[in-house]
Amino acid sequence: MHELSIVSSVVESVTESLAAYPGARVEEVRLRVGALQSVVVDSLEFCWGIATEGTPLAGSRLVVKTVPVVMHCAVCAADVELEGVQSFRCPRCAQPSSDLRQGRELEIESIEIEDGVTP
Amino acid sequence: MTTRIVELRQGILKKNDELARGLRGRFTTAGVLVLNLVSSPGTGKTAFLERTLRELKARGSRVAALVGDLETDNDARRLASSGAPVRQINTHGICHLDAEMIDRHLAGWEGVELSALDYLFIENVGNLVCPSSYDLGEKIRVALLSVTEGEDKPLKYPTLFNSADAAVITKIDIAEPCGFDRELALKNINEIRPGIRIFETSAKTGAGMEEWFAYLAEARAEKIL
Repeated sequence: MHELSIVSSVVESVTESLAAYPGARVEEVRLRVGALQSVVVDSLEFCWGIATEGTPLAGSRLVVKTVPVVMHCAVCAADVELEGVQSFRCPRCAQPSSDLRQGRELEIESIEIEDGVTP
Repeated sequence: MTTRIVELRQGILKKNDELARGLRGRFTTAGVLVLNLVSSPGTGKTAFLERTLRELKARGSRVAALVGDLETDNDARRLASSGAPVRQINTHGICHLDAEMIDRHLAGWEGVELSALDYLFIENVGNLVCPSSYDLGEKIRVALLSVTEGEDKPLKYPTLFNSADAAVITKIDIAEPCGFDRELALKNINEIRPGIRIFETSAKTGAGMEEWFAYLAEARAEKIL
């Protein structure tokens, strides 16, 4: 539902980062999105073209990597990966846990740029 | 022409998160416990908050509320009947509150000093999806669910329920005619957020409100004082 505002924040942040690379053209933007963020990847991609229009990011690709939920199980003394977000129990021993170690990410991992004329 | 990868590794909502961190610091310094109330439209956030404000005020606590809606100041007017200072935030189409809106509405709030408050409640826009991504600087995020909504709401909206610090079930006075399966609702909430504090309340009859007030007092003592 708020995918457009997320995408707009990405465009804004990447544009700011580009100040360090004058003349560069953005080829690709890579995001990491936790499985526990209710973000619809299709909607992000749908919004991408609209949000990047008229910006230095126009024509770039958006690549979204989904990060699975990992919680710490005190019984197994281990970090375990969950298959879904319907139950926060250890898949090995069924112990419930609220100690999440991964899965809420909403970040820009990297950008691929083509350098302009190097001064 | 060369192609290269630039590692950025930064939060997409970095600006919001930084602003929220600043707000949290200000709230702690001022000694005010801030709660962010999130639910679907129609859960009864406003009725629950109205009773909370009225009773806390009657017990001598200093309370105030910020209330978010897409349009209208109906909720603010309704909550103001409690006698507590209330300020409406209209998002004009945006489906959630963000830290900047909180910051801006605190700044121009006449007659309200954070340091002169014990509790500040933020009633978010009715939406179980988007508010979960936006930190408002609150100490406690409360997820509300009414008996009319279906016991599987926590399973359908795990992002919000998993990020909540407390859960409130509202309208329990009509649980029976609604065929509300209490055990199942409690189980589902615990499945998504194991060990969370759950309050079963009715703003109409006052059921469960004492436990809620005791929790607020404890939380304030523990997190602020």
